[in-house]
Amino acid sequence: MAQLRVEVVAAEGIAWEGDALSVIARTSEGDIGIMPNHEPLLATLSPCAAEILTVDGNREVVAVDGGFISVADNRVSVLSPMARVAAEIDLKAAEHELAAAEKRLNEGEIDEQTRHHYLRAHAQLKAARMAHGH
Amino acid sequence: MGASLRELRQRRKSVTATKKITRAMELIASSRVLKAQQAAARTLPYTRELNRAVSAVATYSRTDHPLTRPQADKPRRVAVVFITSDRGMNGAYSSNVIKMVSQMRERLDAEGIEMVRYAVGRKGIGYLSYRGMDMAASWSGFSDSPTYDRAVDIADRLVEDFLRPYEEGGVDEIWTIYTRMESMLSQTPRARRVLPLEVVQGVHEVSGEELLPLYEFEPSPEAVLDRLLPLYVRSRIWFYLLQSAASQLASQQKAMKAATDNAQQLIEGLTRAANQARQAEITQEISEIVGGASALADLTQDQN
Repeated sequence: MAQLRVEVVAAEGIAWEGDALSVIARTSEGDIGIMPNHEPLLATLSPCAAEILTVDGNREVVAVDGGFISVADNRVSVLSPMARVAAEIDLKAAEHELAAAEKRLNEGEIDEQTRHHYLRAHAQLKAARMAHGH
Repeated sequence: MGASLRELRQRRKSVTATKKITRAMELIASSRVLKAQQAAARTLPYTRELNRAVSAVATYSRTDHPLTRPQADKPRRVAVVFITSDRGMNGAYSSNVIKMVSQMRERLDAEGIEMVRYAVGRKGIGYLSYRGMDMAASWSGFSDSPTYDRAVDIADRLVEDFLRPYEEGGVDEIWTIYTRMESMLSQTPRARRVLPLEVVQGVHEVSGEELLPLYEFEPSPEAVLDRLLPLYVRSRIWFYLLQSAASQLASQQKAMKAATDNAQQLIEGLTRAANQARQAEITQEISEIVGGASALADLTQDQN
């Protein structure tokens, strides 16, 4: 059976790589699920918690900070300036970061950067919850 | 005589203390240079994927984008970003970069092009402010362990200045002078153009070895390119910062090794001089005693 070769690449190194059955991520157009033999695709990502269903039946959750997903020949690469595997995210720290970003937003700092921090923190928290909760 | 012996011993002691320090710095630098090299190697997959993506877009759509477009037929104002260290004790690392900036300045002056400086690292900032030269922006405090966030800060500022029209103080071209890590023994300063981007090169490289699949772009090739290119600029700057950090540490290790060797030589010379002084002192004392004793003996003989 066809499998996907997945690589999650961040600026500071490879965050996760391995074989998978499917990948779910959120593009700027909406959620997308990638199965083996997907057509070649290059899409922009929103900050999100990407889910990878590995060949041994595990679910890996990786928080990504925008970037791209590219699919070709059953190779999926998720390219994000910052990517963190959910198991490595500290739930408390993520909650704290989200609260701080939310506070700044509520104080009226609605610039691109603060919004981005908020979305990133949100994605991390979601990823951490998904990994810890199940 | 006694004074010179004491002086020699004192100097030897102080050189020994200095040697301990330079030796420690050498060891620290050598462990950190490995880490810096590993950090630089870890970014390769990211750069590779980014290059692939840019090539893919470039192959299947037009690459006309504000960041790839020359601002003018002939550049009128050129920005130079140069990466130096925050601290000294690393040999000629910073001065090599600064030398290259001056060479570039001469060349641009000859062509009548204005130059704007962006300094990264305290040494570069110090060099400019000491000479009263102005700089458009400066960053410091991370020369030996840069983070991606810093690269983002720098890259975003550069893109902003590049996109601003010339009349409002914008620049037509942006160059970076960084130090390339060739090996542990040699690091060379290099000048590279960051903006406008040259996408065409990437297309040739990829199409030579592999055929890119026919991608479906979401939402559109233009939107993808819009998002890709700023990331590409950031990743270039990130690469230059990491290369420079590794070079800086390698250069420091080399400089500290030389300093330790020199200190060792000095210690040997001083030890020899001190031993000689001690011998001379003892010899003098003996000859004084012998001289004194024989004078006394002569005196008693005369009395008898």
